[in-house]
Amino acid sequence: MNNDLPHKPPLTPGRVFRLSLVMALVLVLVGAASLLLGTAEVSFGKFMALVSGSLDADDPARLILLKIRLPRIILAGLAGFSLALGGVVFQALLRNPLADPFILGVSSGSAFGAIIGILLGFTFSVGIPLMSFAGAVLTVYLVLALGTRKMGMESSTILLTGVILNAFFTAVIMFFISIVADSRLHTMLFWLYGDLSQSRYASLIILTPALIVTSVILFSFAKELNLITTGEEIALQLGVDVEKAKKTCLVLVSLVIGLVVSFSGLIGFVGLIVPHLARMAFGSDHRLLIPVASLGGATFLIAADTLARLVISPSELPVGVVTAFLGAPFFLYLLRVRGSQWSRS
Amino acid sequence: MEPILTLRKVGFRYGASWAVKGVDLEVYPGEMLGILGPNGSGKTTLLKILDGMLLPHEGEVFVRGKSMVTLKRGDVARAVAMVAQENFFRFDFSVLEVVLMGRFPHLGRLQFERDKDLKIAVNALRATHAMELSERSIHELSGGEKQRVLLARALAQEPGAILLDEPTSFLDLKYKKEIFDLIASLTREKELSVVIVSHDIDLVSQYCHRIVMLKNGSVHLTGTPDQIITAASIEAVYECAVLVDRNLMTGKPRVSLKP
Repeated sequence: MNNDLPHKPPLTPGRVFRLSLVMALVLVLVGAASLLLGTAEVSFGKFMALVSGSLDADDPARLILLKIRLPRIILAGLAGFSLALGGVVFQALLRNPLADPFILGVSSGSAFGAIIGILLGFTFSVGIPLMSFAGAVLTVYLVLALGTRKMGMESSTILLTGVILNAFFTAVIMFFISIVADSRLHTMLFWLYGDLSQSRYASLIILTPALIVTSVILFSFAKELNLITTGEEIALQLGVDVEKAKKTCLVLVSLVIGLVVSFSGLIGFVGLIVPHLARMAFGSDHRLLIPVASLGGATFLIAADTLARLVISPSELPVGVVTAFLGAPFFLYLLRVRGSQWSRS
Repeated sequence: MEPILTLRKVGFRYGASWAVKGVDLEVYPGEMLGILGPNGSGKTTLLKILDGMLLPHEGEVFVRGKSMVTLKRGDVARAVAMVAQENFFRFDFSVLEVVLMGRFPHLGRLQFERDKDLKIAVNALRATHAMELSERSIHELSGGEKQRVLLARALAQEPGAILLDEPTSFLDLKYKKEIFDLIASLTREKELSVVIVSHDIDLVSQYCHRIVMLKNGSVHLTGTPDQIITAASIEAVYECAVLVDRNLMTGKPRVSLKP
């Protein structure tokens, strides 16, 4: 036997588990740091006291940490997780590294659905997330129907279709906000740029289990996604039920994005930046990419939201402004530097 | 001997015009079958029907005696592998990762590649003389190297038949010979059936045991190279004047265009 032969397959469950664990640890550390940082001073001693359970029940630090910062950090984590997951899956299915729920208009389509839900008087517990999901599914359908030519999907057409739909839905949302003199809609303006400050434990209880279930199912399609990135016909030849995989993944991603948008508003570029960095660091196998990029997305958005809370303290920025400041130049860089190798459809 | 692939009176149309019509064909284990015919004669359509990518509007396809329409994609992929003409990898994968993709139809939903799958992939890379490429990125390979890697992926599927669509169209003379030598040795050693669609009549004549010549979607002639490659048949199918003589080294028919 030759010595330089590989002894183990390039990707093993152990490697996926170890790297996911590392990413999860980083996430917890960043989350803890975010909990400590904010306009109101909370000492490290108070934080440790809270963690060990010895903090007085009526200490104001308790209120700040548990009632204000923690739900917001958890929502940031869940939103970042979903958006990065959505980015990874869209990029694989559309075979386009520039696809992202925001750029494709899926996020604003969800927001459009959510606003219709608000106008119809639905509640945030069921009706609005469902409308948001419907908006996401509708947008995915429109992007695919309008962006697909007879010869198959053409990357730039799909992206352009998404960009146009995004602009359209944003305009529709602005239209509703302008004509409806309704106090419920005033918060919506802020929400257009992504806002995590309204986080409630009640919404997290809906979001968390839905996210866990969908991400496990999406992970179970990771091998199919690997093959689909090499071409739908080739995936089919290698034994993938492409139609089933595509439909399942698109519906699940729409669900995740719809839910997240209805609770956090439009946060762009997370699904672009994080999956791209994860691909550079860990390669293109979705069995690794899905967990590490999702956990990385959670970490990234918690960090971005902490920045949003801090930079103009005591005032706050919507987190979508921070991600757009980081993401737009990143997108342009990718288009410029890597664009040529992606120009083929 | 039971054929691995059988076509019975198969017809396929795009819209109203028949691309393939009334084709009967059997592909046997260990044989190298060439499909010749001018542009638009239905070669690639026929190959896609053999792989179940296109379901015929008429007639039936059998894979090891089972009707294609009753099989799942995974079942087909364990019996038939295809090396397509165009392969473009949008995302970066190593050569070994690409070859391991051939194991997909043999793995369960959440199953990772086992040591056994790695061994099969490594053997496939060895068989196509591509082992030294295993760590390289698929994006860095030349046309000939990529063709060997994709052939290795097809072998890793452990199919009964491999279908090749113009396997050498982008390759220079040396790689053409290398790929055809490779395919010939695989059919000999592994009892594999190989179906090759090609424009290169001389290569097909030299290497294939049997040739199917298509004209307007129907089988014009089928038989050994000696029976098929004649000036009369080439002129009838390709509509141009040729001289057919013998290759001095192999004794196989050789085609030259008349000036």
